[in-house]
Amino acid sequence: MSLQTSTQPTSPVQQALREALIAGVVSFGLFFFFIGLKTDQNIRNELVLVTRWGLLTTVVVLTMIVRFLYVAYAVPFLARQKIADAVTGLLPDSTGTKFFRVPFFIGSLALAAVLIVFGSAIVAWTGPNIGAYVTLIRAFAIIYAVAAVMFYGRAFIGRNFASIGIVSLILYPILVVVILALLAWSNGSANITSAAFQGSLKWVDNFGIQILIYVMLAWGLNIVVGLAGLLDLGYVAFYAVGAYSYALLGTHFGLSFWILLPMAGILAAFWGVMLGFPVLRLRGDYLAIVTLAFGEIIRLVLINWREVTNGSAGISGVPKVSFFGWFTFNVSDPNYISKVFDIPQSGAYYKIFLYYLILALALLTAFVTIRLRRMPVGRAWEALREDEIACRSLGINTTSTKLTAFAIGAMFGGFAGSFFAARQGFVSPESFVFLESAIILAIVVLGGMGSLVGIAIAALVMVGGTEALREMEFLKSFFGQDFTPELYRMLLFGMAMVVVMLWKPRGFASSREPTAFLRERKAVSGSFTKEGHG
Amino acid sequence: MSDAATMSTPILKLEHLSMKFGGLVAIGDLSFEAKRGEITALIGPNGAGKTTVFNCITGFYKPTEGMITMTRRDGSTHLLERLPNHEIPAKAKVARTFQNIRLFSGMTLLENLLVAQHNKLMLASGYTILGLLGFSGYKRAAAESVELAKYWLEKADLIDRADDPAGDLPYGAQRRLEIARAMCTEPELLCLDEPAAGLNPRESLALNELLMGIRADTGTSILLIEHDMSVVMQISDHVVVLEYGRKISDGDPSSVRSDPKVIAAYLGVDDDEVGDVLVEVGDEQVIEELDVAPDPEHGPGASSSMFAGSVSDTIEHSDEDERIAVSKGASKAAQVEAKEARSAEAPDTTSKGAK
Amino acid sequence: MQYFIQQLINGLTLGSIYGLIAIGYTMVYGIIGMINFAHGDIFMIGAFIALIVFLALTSLFYSVPVVIALLIMMIVAMLMTSLYNWTIEKVAYRPLRGSFRLAPLITAIGMSIALSNFVQVTQGPRNKPIPQMVSRVYEIGGISISLKQIIIVVVTAVLLTLFWYLVNKTSLGRAQRACEQDRKMAALLGIDVDRTISITFIMGASLAAVAGTLFLMYYGVVSFSDGFVPGVKAFTAAVLGGIGSLPGAVLGGLLIGFIESMWSAYFSIDYKDVAAFSILAIVLIFLPSGILGRPEVEKV
Repeated sequence: MSLQTSTQPTSPVQQALREALIAGVVSFGLFFFFIGLKTDQNIRNELVLVTRWGLLTTVVVLTMIVRFLYVAYAVPFLARQKIADAVTGLLPDSTGTKFFRVPFFIGSLALAAVLIVFGSAIVAWTGPNIGAYVTLIRAFAIIYAVAAVMFYGRAFIGRNFASIGIVSLILYPILVVVILALLAWSNGSANITSAAFQGSLKWVDNFGIQILIYVMLAWGLNIVVGLAGLLDLGYVAFYAVGAYSYALLGTHFGLSFWILLPMAGILAAFWGVMLGFPVLRLRGDYLAIVTLAFGEIIRLVLINWREVTNGSAGISGVPKVSFFGWFTFNVSDPNYISKVFDIPQSGAYYKIFLYYLILALALLTAFVTIRLRRMPVGRAWEALREDEIACRSLGINTTSTKLTAFAIGAMFGGFAGSFFAARQGFVSPESFVFLESAIILAIVVLGGMGSLVGIAIAALVMVGGTEALREMEFLKSFFGQDFTPELYRMLLFGMAMVVVMLWKPRGFASSREPTAFLRERKAVSGSFTKEGHG
Repeated sequence: MSDAATMSTPILKLEHLSMKFGGLVAIGDLSFEAKRGEITALIGPNGAGKTTVFNCITGFYKPTEGMITMTRRDGSTHLLERLPNHEIPAKAKVARTFQNIRLFSGMTLLENLLVAQHNKLMLASGYTILGLLGFSGYKRAAAESVELAKYWLEKADLIDRADDPAGDLPYGAQRRLEIARAMCTEPELLCLDEPAAGLNPRESLALNELLMGIRADTGTSILLIEHDMSVVMQISDHVVVLEYGRKISDGDPSSVRSDPKVIAAYLGVDDDEVGDVLVEVGDEQVIEELDVAPDPEHGPGASSSMFAGSVSDTIEHSDEDERIAVSKGASKAAQVEAKEARSAEAPDTTSKGAK
Repeated sequence: MQYFIQQLINGLTLGSIYGLIAIGYTMVYGIIGMINFAHGDIFMIGAFIALIVFLALTSLFYSVPVVIALLIMMIVAMLMTSLYNWTIEKVAYRPLRGSFRLAPLITAIGMSIALSNFVQVTQGPRNKPIPQMVSRVYEIGGISISLKQIIIVVVTAVLLTLFWYLVNKTSLGRAQRACEQDRKMAALLGIDVDRTISITFIMGASLAAVAGTLFLMYYGVVSFSDGFVPGVKAFTAAVLGGIGSLPGAVLGGLLIGFIESMWSAYFSIDYKDVAAFSILAIVLIFLPSGILGRPEVEKV
């Protein structure tokens, strides 16, 4: 790219123009068939081609503009930044202080407050189309204010990241309900509590629980991939084993969740060992394909073993979790929560309960991982990732070390699976496709292998980001009413995986926390850690 | 020193060891002993099969034939060729280092040494379960293991860098750390694969001190492969010389140093000096050959050695009798041997090296 | 016996397609040591381009001879799919070369997700059926061989011969083999490594595009999600044959094809994939580097 063909030095703008032209040609070639032409069915159900030259032109021109801006401005900026801050790779402080200023911060707070209080009035006055922009501006104002607080408190946050994270996770459902109650009050709605609880469903379930499930799964897989360095592309199999264990044993024998949760974990761990045995001798990509095949085998068996699993139709009516038998969340039960506490009926209680349940399970995973890392077996995992031959020369039984990694990783997958079944009330093989394994693995790698905090951030960004796309209703006013942002979810997810990896090849948190120290705990730079080859 | 050596018992005994890779015979019928409390050096030219011997002893290769017996201090014996390789450090108490250093580079020095105490800690933590529940027995064992790690870090002069990643150390320090890590398994026999390779003279001296210290303080026997003759001659009590997978000499350093076979094969003698050695011991046939200019058709051409022969006839592997048939030009030691056999018939020939 | 031979022919057809895709996996693995997870979707892209070209041909001209139509479809698909793979390599893999080993794997998975969803978004999620292009069936001694199957096997054989010649007899092939052995050394000897790798991706994509065209001709339908299953099967084939080995990829492809058709014929069609995957696992237990793969020597 930096090759100069002529003897005359080219300016960045000239070079950017050339690059943009090349990008235009390439993108025309790439998109001609897929965007320029569309296969569609006509009335007689035959395929016909529909042309979309306008859209093709737009996309190609956009590509050229983006490429131009990237080469002309972003690359020099990034190069300068690299010199300014070669160590952390973070934005230099000067950029941050330019962007986050106190007057702006106060302004954004005021704007957010005004739009929260008078939002509904403005929407009622302007109509839904412009109203969508109001919501958007409000969201941006809030995001800006939060980001500014984080920027100025970054030293404090950096020091106490884990505790701040846990506290905010614990407070999250409460905050959601309180904020929604405030909104309901500002809208002048009649029944504030029920509106708040009803509205919290989406935030607690779609965001909170969904993200925490992925956090837990990624933390579980982290033991296998991040610590032991064994590439596992079939992790979703253990998730499936856990989910089906709970669904089958729960529906057929009516056993309680609290008995089946450990059982699902043990069953999944057993399957982890079953997978572990044949793959012990395999390395790298051979290991990857066998684990992938294992995941597919489990899924195909679930689809085809119809007598037991009910095939692709899945199992419905999976029992809900009760609060240790004290009260339940089934409306028909005599000890239903609203009867016990004499409060109005709402599905939100169950979701909030589930939120705390998955939070507890995820924290258990984190706790066990942290403890295990300081134990001989955890150190042996990491040593295995660094150098298997050296491990054997020190008398470490690599067979059992690998098997424990598979088993414990699988066990947490099983826990998460049984939770998933209880949350959905329905399981089917559809939920356990390879894509899920890939997403979980991507979260582990994007987070920075081995780092719990990094993985949690990666899950938040990737899963939360794609979930947020569902909320982008305002885009309809841009692209027309038949625009469904959800359609672009996985496309953007895939592209985000590529972009984040290119930006940070070692993940968000690339340094490793040592498990023991004599004088001071110094983080080990990611450039020294290996990724294992098994 | 030699008195003590003869009195002490063998700690490691190799008998008729051979190792083949397909048709290639890397070790052919090798037998030697390492005595307890001694430093035994295994030397020989590149490709002599020294590292293969190490890999057989430490279980990374299973020898094709032969027996490797390790006798521990408590009198128990272990047949190393039968143990799976992770049990060799654990049960037979043999530790090793590697020619191309194998550290856990992303872990700190302290962690490296703690990993080496894995089996002890595993037991103390009740195979993780008791430790996970926070039993005090594990905490005590963990503290002890840190103490042991500290001891060896001090010995290896690495205590100041205990909390740095191992990959960050300079080369010489990595070598010392690898030895310290091996010592944390509390071995009775320490096998070092070229510990002085790539070290500068000062580091080499520090290494000698470390090794002498290990032997003096812990009584650990040492078996080492080394090319650096200053290390070999200074610290070893016993030297075994290999060439093409065979033992060509065995004895204390001074006797090995003056063994003409060794001189011819290896010891600091350049290829064109081999002739001088042979002239010295009086091999007429060779002298005659030396007078003749090398035949470019049959000779190795660009090779520095006219004795090396062309690549194809350097080593022949015959599957039937499972031993190496070395062509006339290849093994310098073989030339000397042949000459000695002849000179045995003529008793008046002076033999400088033997005895 | 007739039934068996019939299944053998079906397996050969299927195996040819898998083999063509598997070569792309194995070449990329050989040269840069990464699993190009997006390769299955490259195959799907190839099939889609062939589909669009077919539709364009039928709408532009009143009638086109089938042979010419197939040739045009194949050539356009090869060109355009190569452009896709070339771009992907340049954008998503090249910047990560020499870094963390899992990073390109993740970008490859990301690319795979992005490609299939890109096609879903731009072309719609439905299956895309086309009328049958080739319908003749020959009956020989109670065994029916369709012309489609003959075309597939012949095209595959011709391409493989061509390909074998390219890799073994040309300077390009020599450069590829040199890069496979030691990239750094090859660069020092004046081989343009980046270009060689790009060409490898282009070659893999061309073969995948041919496989896609044949797939479309054989089954007469394609959808955006059709990349995954053949992709995984072909990857399985590459690993079974010994990843990095070109004859191994073809052999593995044929084996997977045979296993599938035999299993569906004699046991149950539901479990044919389970059988293929299980046999992979069993073979790898005994031959950890595949059937024709070089055994990995543990260097101590």
